[in-house]
Amino acid sequence: MKMENVCILLTYPVPEYLVQELEKRFRVFKFRDVASNPQLIGEISSSIRAIVGTSAWGADARLIDELPKLEIVASYSVGFDKIDLVKCKERGITVTNTPDVLSDDVADFAIGLALATVRRICVCDRFVRGGKWKEGEFELTTKFSGKSVGIVGLGRIGSAIAKRAEAFGCTISYHSRSEKPESYYKYYPNIIDLAANCNILFVACALSKGTKHIVNRKVIDALGPKGIIVNIGRGALIDEPELVSALLEGRLAGAGLDVFEHEPKVPEELLGLENVVLQPHVASDTVETSIAMSDLVIKNLEAHFQNKPVLTPVL
Amino acid sequence: MADQLPQVLVLRPPESSSSARIETQLSQKFQLVKAWESPLPTADFIAVHAASIKAMLCSGGTPVTAHILHLLPSLQLIVTTSAGFNHINLPECRRRSIAVANAGQIFSQDCADLAVGILIDVLRKISAADRFIRGGIWPIKGNYPLGSKLGGKKVGIVGLGSIGLEVAKRLEAFGCIISYNSRRKKANLSYLFYSNVCELAANSDALIICCALTDETHHMINKEVMKALGKEGVIVNIGRGAIIDEKELVQCLVQGEIGGAGLDVFENEPDVPKELFTLDNVVLSPHLAVFTPESFSDLYDLVVGNFEAFFSNKPLLSPVLDE
Repeated sequence: MKMENVCILLTYPVPEYLVQELEKRFRVFKFRDVASNPQLIGEISSSIRAIVGTSAWGADARLIDELPKLEIVASYSVGFDKIDLVKCKERGITVTNTPDVLSDDVADFAIGLALATVRRICVCDRFVRGGKWKEGEFELTTKFSGKSVGIVGLGRIGSAIAKRAEAFGCTISYHSRSEKPESYYKYYPNIIDLAANCNILFVACALSKGTKHIVNRKVIDALGPKGIIVNIGRGALIDEPELVSALLEGRLAGAGLDVFEHEPKVPEELLGLENVVLQPHVASDTVETSIAMSDLVIKNLEAHFQNKPVLTPVL
Repeated sequence: MADQLPQVLVLRPPESSSSARIETQLSQKFQLVKAWESPLPTADFIAVHAASIKAMLCSGGTPVTAHILHLLPSLQLIVTTSAGFNHINLPECRRRSIAVANAGQIFSQDCADLAVGILIDVLRKISAADRFIRGGIWPIKGNYPLGSKLGGKKVGIVGLGSIGLEVAKRLEAFGCIISYNSRRKKANLSYLFYSNVCELAANSDALIICCALTDETHHMINKEVMKALGKEGVIVNIGRGAIIDEKELVQCLVQGEIGGAGLDVFENEPDVPKELFTLDNVVLSPHLAVFTPESFSDLYDLVVGNFEAFFSNKPLLSPVLDE
């Protein structure tokens, strides 16, 4: 199929493999940070028929307005909070994401992040590298196995996290928009009750208007001073300033964070804390999954430009 | 009164503040006869104060040699606070009918949790990325290098005892394919058994060392095994440092002959080869796989339980049995 003349806009750096595969098939225009400066695109704006976005930048109304021929936004991510779905629906623009292929990696990472936080693995590593072991012993951490786990959002990723946590003897409960009848885990219609009844809270839901700051001061208070929060969803799911002060004041025992409200900015106060593990939004970043996600983006684009149904539509 | 409590010999001081707390609690129930507090050499101290003592408490760092045992003709029980018992001369104990009790399975979950946590850290670069952020590099450098997927990896467990089984159970939930090497094949398990650790390595993406240190397992993980594991392979050791030929391991890591390592134990603790400090594909931990308050609380209960059983002629809770 002659797709070489199809013009694709890449709004943000993506893995090399994806760039190569896109360039084999399409005319690719790479504009880092263009989503915040749409006027940078200039003349080619009237030729762009597709955008490939990421969790960092997708397509907001301003960018979409600059691109009269835009037909599809294929996101290299499962989250689509950076895409103006209302605008896309208005314009009849197809939106696709990359669900399923990354669920395992994200769940693996969530558990790894929880273990690193509870057992202070990164702190131990710094302790040894800093030559401190010769001076004295490390402190006790706490046990991970058997702890009660609460999951916010029992979707594909949340369920994968639950399955892994069960192998550690953890009890699982969850909060979701609605109860999942096929699940045997305990359901809490109110997230505060979930927090009050668990020790480790995993935030795994999608970011939308309804879930912004879903983990707020009340939830943090309910989780309590022995509680741990692990966020592999989106930074804005948690009220970040409240999280920071809870950690500083000892109202929360610790946090494992892969996402932040204003990436790549990480609240400075967290950089000196030993009870947090900080990661640069990498929960799905493995060689294997990056290839799988890239292949899915390509397949969605090819399907669209061949007038076939896309594989993983959001809209 | 203290001198009416049953006597327990302690040769060396506690190795950690947690162990010290356990000893303080034990003194409520037993008279701890502490050789290390005396200026007398051990042999003299024992001759004067512990010649007829029947029970001893030790840790993993106290060698209980034939020589020591010879000084204690009435000894009937050794309780070690460790899961490992390579520091105790078992054949001599067997010959003298001295019972040995260890920490049994109480540490197994914590050890397994740490092994899995360290494995994920190495594959997914968690400690390295945490350093990246704390060094203020994220805003400058943007994307971080990709890690390696855990799911679908072939994991070879060296030593499928209580700890090895807990590791296997956890990693199965991540979609890992489990195989193992042990002294003997275990019945009723679906995991693939390799009688030879080199073969296990050749067929694995990661090795998790969970076995005891013995004469046979000393330096069992050598250059041959590491070459068989290969350049993408990862080794996690939560057993004993000397199970791995450490000099060889460091060379392989520095030269890129294996993909990475997660180490909680070393040959000469607390000395750690400095070459490891600059490597991003290595995660280092100061021998604390069991250091949680829950484990120490369980340990106290078990140690008390063993001594109480012994002094009331009941079966020990966690005897080290002949295998």
